[in-house]
Amino acid sequence: MSRDDHNNCKALLGSLCDYVDGCLSDELCQEIERHLNECEDCRIVVDTLHKTIYMYQKCAEEAEVSGDMRERLFRALNIEDYLQR
Amino acid sequence: MNKEQTEISVELLKAGDRREFARLVDKYSNSLYRLALKMLGNPGDAEDVLQNTFLQVFQHLSDFEGRSSLSTWLYRIATNEALMFIRKRRPEIAFSDIVREDEAEADYEPAQFTDWGHLPEEELLSAETRAVLDGAVQNLPEILRIVFVLRDIEGLSIRETSQVLDLTETAVKTRLLRARLRLREEISIYYSEKLNKRSEK
Repeated sequence: MSRDDHNNCKALLGSLCDYVDGCLSDELCQEIERHLNECEDCRIVVDTLHKTIYMYQKCAEEAEVSGDMRERLFRALNIEDYLQR
Repeated sequence: MNKEQTEISVELLKAGDRREFARLVDKYSNSLYRLALKMLGNPGDAEDVLQNTFLQVFQHLSDFEGRSSLSTWLYRIATNEALMFIRKRRPEIAFSDIVREDEAEADYEPAQFTDWGHLPEEELLSAETRAVLDGAVQNLPEILRIVFVLRDIEGLSIRETSQVLDLTETAVKTRLLRARLRLREEISIYYSEKLNKRSEK
């Protein structure tokens, strides 16, 4: 990897969150995408970072307060009269 | 459900309306439970934090001035409860984490370049992977973990996260980047080993 290329990788790292979250201008996005087309390592980092966030979001959707836990919570808070939704 | 049924009335809450408080609990308990669970890694502890959070909310409703949104205020209380719980559990570690975290600047450059992003969904979300995800998030220092949980798991904006944590938006962005990169790194190590074993067979 040439020195220039590596500098581009570092620059990408600085904009990575904004890029992944879709908060960059079209111009900057295009610049990053040009770099990603040429740099396999950065393409992998961006791709697996997207996947990492996606996996956490998918798994978190399943964590819920169960019926039993809700009942305990309502009793602890003295609002058990309103358990019926 | 129409808007009238979903909006929580701060006025009613402040007036001590218990039915409205029950509606508040139902509206936010899943989100606050998820936050506590990801911060503490243990369902029993998360349930304690959830209860304590709503007890605090109930006791301090009169202090809520509406300078932030109700949800930001709730997330702030839940965050404080979760962090206090962690510090009580491990008083000696929590603080050193914070110091170390602010000093370590250079640890975040990606070093893993295994291309696992193309693996099928069932493999990415298998029980084994879920355990790796949970372990990785628990390995993050709290100050990175809470930013990741609020922003990426609870879906708060950078601004909302900064309001909950009393941090600048720049600080939130820096911590979010570090948290995400660390998690990616750890998950990449797991897949790298897994894919290597598979190719050896």
